[in-house]
Amino acid sequence: MKLFVSEGNPHCLKVLAALEVTGVQCDVQYVNHEERVVPFLSRPALPALLLPSGLHLFSSNAICRYLFEIVGQDSSERCNQWLEWEATDLQPALLQALHMAVLHGKGSEVSKVLQGPLNYLEQSLSKGNTPYLTGEAVSVADVVLWAALYPVLSDSSLACERTSVKAWFDRGAVLHSCESAAQKVLQGKGLQGMKSYMQRQPAPQSSQSRDTQPCNSNPAEGVEDERAVSEEEMEAAALTWSKGLNSCPLAADRQHPILPHEGKRNLLVTSALPYVNNVPHLGNIIGCVLSADVFSRYGRLRGWNLLFVCGTDEYGTATENKAREEGLTPQQICDKYHAIHSSIYKWFQIDFDFFGRTTTEKQTEIAQDIFWRIHKHGFLIEDTVEQLRCEKCQRFLADRFVEGICPHCSYPEARGDQCDKCGRLINAVELREPQCKVCRQTPVVRSSKHLFLDLPKLEPQLEQWLEKSTSTGDWTANAKQITRSWLRDGLKPRCITRDLRWGTPVPHPDFKEKVFYVWFDAPIGYLSITANYTDKWEKWWKNPHQVELYNFMAKDNVPFHSVVFPCSLLGAQDNYTLVSHLIATEYLNYEDTKFSKSRGVGVFGDMAKDTGIPSDVWRFYLLYVRPEGQDSAFSWADMALKNNSELLNNLGNFINRAGMFVTKFFEGCVPAMELQQEDKKLLALVGWELQQYIQLMDKVKIRDALRHILNISRHGNQYIQVNEPWKKIKGGDTERQRAGTVTGVSVNIACLLSVMLLPYMPTVSQTIRDQLNAPQSCVNTMLQGTGTFVCSLSAGHRIGTVSPLFQKLEVDQIEALKKRFGGQQPEDEPPKKKTTAQRASSTQPAAVPAAAAEVATSNGVDPEKAKQLTQAVTEQGEKVRALKAQKAEKAVITAEVAKLLDLKKQLALAEGKSSEPAPQKGKRK
Amino acid sequence: MALRELSSLEKYLGLKKPNKYSTQGDKKIPVLQNNNGPPLVGMVTIACHLVKEAKRPNLLGDCAESRAVVQQWLEYRVSKLDGCTKEDIKTILKDLNLYLQDKVYMAGNQFTLADTFMYYGIHPLIVDLAIQDKEQYVNVTRWFDHIQHYPGIRHHLPPVVVPRNRLYTSKHH
Repeated sequence: MKLFVSEGNPHCLKVLAALEVTGVQCDVQYVNHEERVVPFLSRPALPALLLPSGLHLFSSNAICRYLFEIVGQDSSERCNQWLEWEATDLQPALLQALHMAVLHGKGSEVSKVLQGPLNYLEQSLSKGNTPYLTGEAVSVADVVLWAALYPVLSDSSLACERTSVKAWFDRGAVLHSCESAAQKVLQGKGLQGMKSYMQRQPAPQSSQSRDTQPCNSNPAEGVEDERAVSEEEMEAAALTWSKGLNSCPLAADRQHPILPHEGKRNLLVTSALPYVNNVPHLGNIIGCVLSADVFSRYGRLRGWNLLFVCGTDEYGTATENKAREEGLTPQQICDKYHAIHSSIYKWFQIDFDFFGRTTTEKQTEIAQDIFWRIHKHGFLIEDTVEQLRCEKCQRFLADRFVEGICPHCSYPEARGDQCDKCGRLINAVELREPQCKVCRQTPVVRSSKHLFLDLPKLEPQLEQWLEKSTSTGDWTANAKQITRSWLRDGLKPRCITRDLRWGTPVPHPDFKEKVFYVWFDAPIGYLSITANYTDKWEKWWKNPHQVELYNFMAKDNVPFHSVVFPCSLLGAQDNYTLVSHLIATEYLNYEDTKFSKSRGVGVFGDMAKDTGIPSDVWRFYLLYVRPEGQDSAFSWADMALKNNSELLNNLGNFINRAGMFVTKFFEGCVPAMELQQEDKKLLALVGWELQQYIQLMDKVKIRDALRHILNISRHGNQYIQVNEPWKKIKGGDTERQRAGTVTGVSVNIACLLSVMLLPYMPTVSQTIRDQLNAPQSCVNTMLQGTGTFVCSLSAGHRIGTVSPLFQKLEVDQIEALKKRFGGQQPEDEPPKKKTTAQRASSTQPAAVPAAAAEVATSNGVDPEKAKQLTQAVTEQGEKVRALKAQKAEKAVITAEVAKLLDLKKQLALAEGKSSEPAPQKGKRK
Repeated sequence: MALRELSSLEKYLGLKKPNKYSTQGDKKIPVLQNNNGPPLVGMVTIACHLVKEAKRPNLLGDCAESRAVVQQWLEYRVSKLDGCTKEDIKTILKDLNLYLQDKVYMAGNQFTLADTFMYYGIHPLIVDLAIQDKEQYVNVTRWFDHIQHYPGIRHHLPPVVVPRNRLYTSKHH
């Protein structure tokens, strides 16, 4: 059990007082106000109690009640009533009173605001005639109310005129425990002790002023309590330190092709295949390739035998469309965009062992082999599908490319998948008077035979495998949850063929002219790409006993990797390697909106290098806000802040100082080190952070692990600050020796940091080692086992030339970038119509960043009209609600609702938002 | 509103004699006259009292931890959910969605009073959600749908249609 509190937070007073009164033993950790302890709340909520079950309590009253209950004092009904009153009546008034008193200096307002609740309390106490709220003894209600009121009652004469309240309050105050809790929280500063807390609270009753918090939880912020370090830990750390570098032979450079080895940990790492017809945005990059790259680099450092493959996913309707738009053949489109993808990943230093593509002969060969195997084992079903085909466009229409009259409610603009008016799901062929959305021609119904993968028949096998894989492997929580929900809803047969040309041909004679549906085909790309890398690809892919497969992706791709593709492989029955660890990120937003190519909002892969910000800094920031466990947002201001505070002032500053001391004070040679207790303590602290880093990285908690790197440099900076080697160097022999030890230890920590940084910032990492002239073997030594922090730069070692690692990002520079990438467009600024937007942006050359943004703002939408319509929608909405409240006749309500819907539609048009989701997005894997 | 919720709760608990409630103050806080002492004030207090009267203590949680969790959500209902502003709604739904990600009920694996009152309290929010939004808060709507179909809970509220299959997949590709 662990209690998290913050200083100056009046709610924490309650729980600390309750802790003292009950005498419950519990770890108490002081954290920053903004620390988000409770994982599911987007605003920081303190105090918070972590229960043994792993659940969090975030209500101070519930925590107090719980503390009392575990010492046997259950809350009575009277108590309940006081607690409820405290939460619903007293707290709002208190919040307002404190806001006035602390932030506006209007202490006089307090008595007015609190008059009501205090009078109620006075009455109850005088009527009850007992010393405490619920009787003769102190209850949880007394502690909660006492602590809630302490800040105002101890600081003013409010109580004096209310004798019963005063008597009760003073009775509480004599309890040593309550006073001492107040001391801890307010530090004897009275109301002013709460200032910094109150400043961060939303102003009461004016919700407009509530600042919108981006949900970036910052892994490295927040004041850390110094961890207590035991003697044993210090001695152990000193012993490890003294071992020095391994004499073991240097790990050889990678020899391609990498193949599994008996007796080694063999890891096959894939990242979701990016779709070829788009330039990836930052969210795509962090979700798959960058995360997979960090883990692969780390894995190689750990000495695992690891192969990292990826490639572009190139088949499908979207490519055909793009080709038509750009007047190229699909193959030309793929060639063009494959090259763009490759260069982007190269710039981001994604260290693939092989980056391939899906439009290869191997793909056809392997996909068709899997198909025949599934067919042979009876897992395919044949069925006839009726589809709409536009003769003019010469293609079958995806559901969202059809509009018509809703068969249920006669709404004239129902879409092929759903009616916006009645909300019912529609089969596109049921639409009356269907139209092709592109050319407005009437499509015809064509029926054609298709093949379906019989997922229900494969389900038992799948569940058996999933049970094992999810319990032994590292699956992220969202991956497990999404998979479970798919299974819970029941699997249905899935069509694997399509009437298209741009795809892997179906080899079955009854289905020639058809190709495989991309979701069936694309994951097979992992196998074919490996096959293009090495002829012995089956050693990876048909070797589940020796190989562990890691799949990296964003969460929207989970079902295809956890349910559908495994079913294909299970059905093929050829001893395939199935995924052991499924690592899915949440979504990365852009400045609290979505990345949008069509609106020119956001940074896309090809533009990052034009910003002048180094690739390593991009990597660092993306990994720092990696949407691990929850959505997060990219923000320019935050990126500048993190660059300047974490990279420049913390990490870079420490490494640079350590190196400069060696250069300036010791002629570039590492001085002799005589470890004292304090140094050993630092070694232990650093060693502990290293261990945490390794534990987290082993579990692919990439963002969390980064926190521990930054903690180490924080420890280092503090160590230098306390020991002041620049002063000691001018002192006597002992002092000079001390300066030497501090410098030597620091520069060795810098060396360790370079190793830990390697997966995140490969260039910076190498630069540090070059500057320190560090032996290459330090890279292999320190990340072995549970982590060994050794002295890798021993006394006498000559370092190289030290220079600063990072540059400051200036405000105007960041503002300019923010503007350039459209991040400043407020959300309500009307973007233009979707269809035009797509056409407009797709004709832009991919590497011109600003162009798309300009198009987005100059398009013909009508903000003035939108404003008027917004008003009209609001009014109509109120009218409808009023009618409903009056229980007006149904016909009347229906008519008014229809008006409202119509207004909303006009509004959507005026704002340029199509009220339906963009076509194409849902369909692909 | 609170009175209707309490009377729905009575029906669910199968209490024979319906209680008579009065209200106090602008906020119309329910008051229950009590034979054995002073009146009980406040919806949560009264609801807990009714549960005890019906001898269904498990509805308040079956161990100290889950009792604390139940009380926390009851408090959340009356202090945060009631009277939340438009801006709050998004945050509330987002937080609940994350919270319910790995839970069947508010207090984990067991149906409790917290489900009943959170359901009553969130009903007006869910009614106003568009289909896309319902999907965005898929865990909330899953839980909501589950509770509204829980025998004997819905009573005074109209059912809300919750889509069970995803229409709008993948936000980004």
